[in-house]
Amino acid sequence: MAFIPFFIAIPLGAAFLISLAGKRFRASSGPIACAASLFLLAASLAIVKPVLAHKTLVYRVGNWLPPFGIPMIVDSLTALMLVLAGIVVFFVTIYSIGYMKPYTDKWKYYTLLMLLVGGSNGVLLAGDIFNMFVFLEIASISVYALVAYGTEKHSLEGAFKYAVMSSIGSVFIFLGIAILYSYTSTLNMADMAAVLMQKGPGMIVPFVTTLFLVGFGLKAGLMPFHAWLPDAYSAAPATVPALSSGVLIKVLGLYAISRIVFNVFGINAEVSNILVILGSLSMVGGSILAFGQTKMKRLLGYSSISQVGYIAIGLGVGTPLALFGSIFYLLNHSLSKALLFLSAGAIEHSTGTDELGSIRGTCRRSPLAGWASLVGALSISGIPPLGGFWAKLIIIFACIQAGRPMLAFLMVLASIFTLIYYFKAFTGVLFGSESEKSRPFEKALSPHMALALFCLTALVVAAGLVLLPGKWQALINGAVGVLSGGRDYAIILFGAMR
Amino acid sequence: MTAYILCLVLFSIGLYCALRKRNVVKIIIGIGIMEYAANFLFVLIGYRSGGRSPIYANDQVIKSMVDPLPQAVVAVAIVLNLSVTLLLVAIAIKLYEKYGTFDITKINDLKG
Repeated sequence: MAFIPFFIAIPLGAAFLISLAGKRFRASSGPIACAASLFLLAASLAIVKPVLAHKTLVYRVGNWLPPFGIPMIVDSLTALMLVLAGIVVFFVTIYSIGYMKPYTDKWKYYTLLMLLVGGSNGVLLAGDIFNMFVFLEIASISVYALVAYGTEKHSLEGAFKYAVMSSIGSVFIFLGIAILYSYTSTLNMADMAAVLMQKGPGMIVPFVTTLFLVGFGLKAGLMPFHAWLPDAYSAAPATVPALSSGVLIKVLGLYAISRIVFNVFGINAEVSNILVILGSLSMVGGSILAFGQTKMKRLLGYSSISQVGYIAIGLGVGTPLALFGSIFYLLNHSLSKALLFLSAGAIEHSTGTDELGSIRGTCRRSPLAGWASLVGALSISGIPPLGGFWAKLIIIFACIQAGRPMLAFLMVLASIFTLIYYFKAFTGVLFGSESEKSRPFEKALSPHMALALFCLTALVVAAGLVLLPGKWQALINGAVGVLSGGRDYAIILFGAMR
Repeated sequence: MTAYILCLVLFSIGLYCALRKRNVVKIIIGIGIMEYAANFLFVLIGYRSGGRSPIYANDQVIKSMVDPLPQAVVAVAIVLNLSVTLLLVAIAIKLYEKYGTFDITKINDLKG
């Protein structure tokens, strides 16, 4: 497929164009970014059909034959993540036009945004482990800068903590790649899987898996490595946590680790147990820590940690049903958490604060932001007709089916916690009467913000329909096939690359 | 073997420095040391004893040559490390302007 490289070329080109034109023509940066993300969304929707027909599409950079050249690979898992990233990025970019009005030097913001998108798409497409690392660093560096974008006290502090921890994680990943290269003498992931099948894991693979779990766990915000996440999220402009929670922690953390662990190393009992333990720790820990929070964005940050835990558990349990549930959960969580962060941003935009005590009665005073956050919260805490409920149900059933009733019990417990802390925090915010601490809702939402919130709300409501038989269900099933197929990845790819 | 062990020692020094030091600048230096150690390890992996650079010429017989791929990889990694370090230093300068200190234990408004 000739248009695969455009997923990286469009955002990088847009970043270049914005930095060139945005300084002189100030109004141009937002529209260029919107156009680029619209193209990306269209391209990701267009690639779904060929992926369903051919399973795996490969683009050989410079027409070099594998394993020497660098392949860009689109299979069902990648295509699903590309569509998801495309949707979230598109609405976040539209929202930014209204949200970023108070900030100066907006072209820098849009440049960094486009670099971030280019990086995360690159991670998704990379068929070469070092390329994956480079794109991961591009995305990470631009998100550090975006967190620090306000250059206020707190955003700098959050950005510094995030940058230090995340770069330590990157060094661990790089070390892992170096050691893996010394064992396999190749950087191509398919070739690596083939070599590992021949040579056996030895002592190297468990060691490298540990390094990767630390590195990618840091990027995903799994529990022992989560400390950066609430700080960075509460200090940044609301679009950054929306993107980070909707796209980055999924792509840089969960997608990358599952691609390497499932498709290159081949999953085994130890690794899946580690994933389950890390997942349960962050699921329960995140929801307990969320209880005491008084700020909306910080609460949502802890909730993100807890929800990532569910996805990691699904990946760890590893039966096809669990993988299906986990991918469906990922989809739901991306959309609804992006929606929640954007509506938190809208409330902050009108009142100037995200303290839960000062923003009471949102549903009356800023109806769209209020109802949008209600829908997001209902979906995340798992209220029946919405997608989040079905996702939780599928993973819990999968745990029981796999003979792990304790895990299922833990998940039900964590879901109840989630319901309670959302209920506790959001009833006051949405329907409470005003107190003396309340701030007035001064600024109205701009049409861009309203459009983005409305469309995302509609998508969150519609996300449950993905489960009905059709194109999207087939895509998720394809993604499950990619992960549960394990090291067939190498054989399929060498077939497709010739 | 000694070189690999020294590499590990360097990495551990960097990790210790990044995790335990209180000064922002020392933390950045610690991360730099970790990155150097990782780069050093990667180049070391590509080294073959007595090897020369893998450049083909008509009148030369090449007996042993080093693996060129790690060198290319490390050249890219150095650029990435440089940009991370630059960004960290820029944030550190701004942090000093806002908080008036480099002590990380005093820069802790965000918690909970």
